[in-house]
Amino acid sequence: MTRVLKVLSAGPGLTVQDMGRTGYLAFGLSRGGAADRLALAEGAALLGQPATHAAIEMAGVGGTFQAEADLRIALTGAPMVATVEEGGSLRWNASHLLPKGAVLHVGAVQAGAYGYLHLGGGLATPERLGGRSAHLTAGLGRRLQAGDQLPVGPDAGSAIHLSLEPAPRLSGGVLRMVPSLQTELFGKAMLARFEATTFTRDSRANRMGVRLLPEGKGFALDGGLSVLSEAIAPGDIQVTGDGAPYVLLSECQTTGGYPRIGSVLPSDLPRVAQAQAGARFRFQMVTLEAAMEIERRAANARAALAGQLRPLVRDPASMRDLLAYQLVSGVTAGRDLDED
Amino acid sequence: MSETAPSLPQSPSPAGWPRVAYAGFDGIVVQFADRLSEPANRAALAFRAAVERAGWSAVEETSTALVSTSLRFDPLGTPHGVMRAEVEALLATQDWYAAALPEGRRFWRVPTVFGTDLAPQLAEAAARAGLPPQEAVRQIAETRLRVQTIGFAPGQPYLGELPPAFDIPRQTALTPQVPEGAVVVAIRQIVLFSVTTPTGWRHIGQTRFRLFRPDSDQPFVLRPGDEVCFEPISTEDYHALATAGPDGGARVEVLR
Repeated sequence: MTRVLKVLSAGPGLTVQDMGRTGYLAFGLSRGGAADRLALAEGAALLGQPATHAAIEMAGVGGTFQAEADLRIALTGAPMVATVEEGGSLRWNASHLLPKGAVLHVGAVQAGAYGYLHLGGGLATPERLGGRSAHLTAGLGRRLQAGDQLPVGPDAGSAIHLSLEPAPRLSGGVLRMVPSLQTELFGKAMLARFEATTFTRDSRANRMGVRLLPEGKGFALDGGLSVLSEAIAPGDIQVTGDGAPYVLLSECQTTGGYPRIGSVLPSDLPRVAQAQAGARFRFQMVTLEAAMEIERRAANARAALAGQLRPLVRDPASMRDLLAYQLVSGVTAGRDLDED
Repeated sequence: MSETAPSLPQSPSPAGWPRVAYAGFDGIVVQFADRLSEPANRAALAFRAAVERAGWSAVEETSTALVSTSLRFDPLGTPHGVMRAEVEALLATQDWYAAALPEGRRFWRVPTVFGTDLAPQLAEAAARAGLPPQEAVRQIAETRLRVQTIGFAPGQPYLGELPPAFDIPRQTALTPQVPEGAVVVAIRQIVLFSVTTPTGWRHIGQTRFRLFRPDSDQPFVLRPGDEVCFEPISTEDYHALATAGPDGGARVEVLR
């Protein structure tokens, strides 16, 4: 039996994503990978597998998928309306069984920007340059489209109907930042004003970066357009000529010549990626020592996700075929006892 | 990017350089100068090679820009101060400005259509350089350019440097789309595009040379230190090269 997930229809922003590719920065290829890496960690915890497994990233709207075999799935990131024919609606931030032949519909986001569909065993599409992520700005891979047959790897796990409480990150908030190469050029007064300003997420945003609009005047530097090009990285806050900051995300270019006022901490980047247009942000400069503590805690929290799973409490009224479900792992209808 | 230094520093190690700085939570940058110069470019390339050779386990990725070396590391495994001390110790082991160019360099001759509607900004760029278009093409074609760094997009070279007349600014507005294989010019440099992209540089030539070949065993064709010469061809020859494969008629020889 071939383990395949068939794409029956696809929204405009569906791609295969994993943790990206390391080691090609010097050749002009940025790491890329999922816009919300925490969602990959959550999906991995729900399915009991490594966070390096590839999943489907869905920007704004999902698609329709059919299982060609019994597949375990998990849904994380920006919540979307998910339904299975004959099976009712599926909870987000939870794992489920998609039985052979079942059709999964994933609609538009209800909050946030990027939803994720994870498969037990992970997507087994061919690796290119050591990764499966589509990197559209580099011309590597492409968007998913109707008719795609996505191979799924062997699934070592069996648990389903588990859920977790995701770290809140869908509606803006405070972004912790540390200094970058040009931070000092902005001067203390402008930095203080930067931290005191509320920003609104612009409609211009994609996997390369997100533009934020300041309330009040911008933060342009005199002569700031002639900074020598340096390596840039996800999290860097570039200030372009119009004075509006642009926070780089996973698919950013590898070098840039705009001055950087600071760099957002890695664990706050999902907040940037997941914000919808209009979401509000503030920036807070922290020391490298404080950043260490924040990142250590975030790493510990990711490692602890698997220990915080809860059985999914389902509403029996929404389950049309209640008797077909194995409600608790290891408990059966009892026939095997009768036949003993 | 700032303009190119017209002369090379006399002293191998300019006062106040190199500088080591943190960049974001997990980055360290070694800057060898604040503007482009041949020794600083060689220093950046050689220092990156040395960091790679050192094989520090905390280092996840390294790269170079024109005159700097960057490394990304895991501060949770190796604290900032420890990593910085390692970098500074390695920096002190030799005069990086006197380093040789990378080994195994190659010389590429790349067939190029200058001007025509394939590369519509030749006349505009030549006017900025104060040269008739034919003379601008002659000067560019005669210059052996060197790959100073690869960056921005996969396999994409920054090539320098052109004669002083070509110290022309970027456009204030972006051209929405310039195709893969485009030759664009500004600030005495040429960039040969590896992807279709918007740009502020002026589009003066077009090639069929593909720089990023993700499914080949040499996915990135050019390397820092390689030399490149753009050889003028006719539009007719360009069309004939449609079937020439990813090299687009380019010829290569190893430099010794």
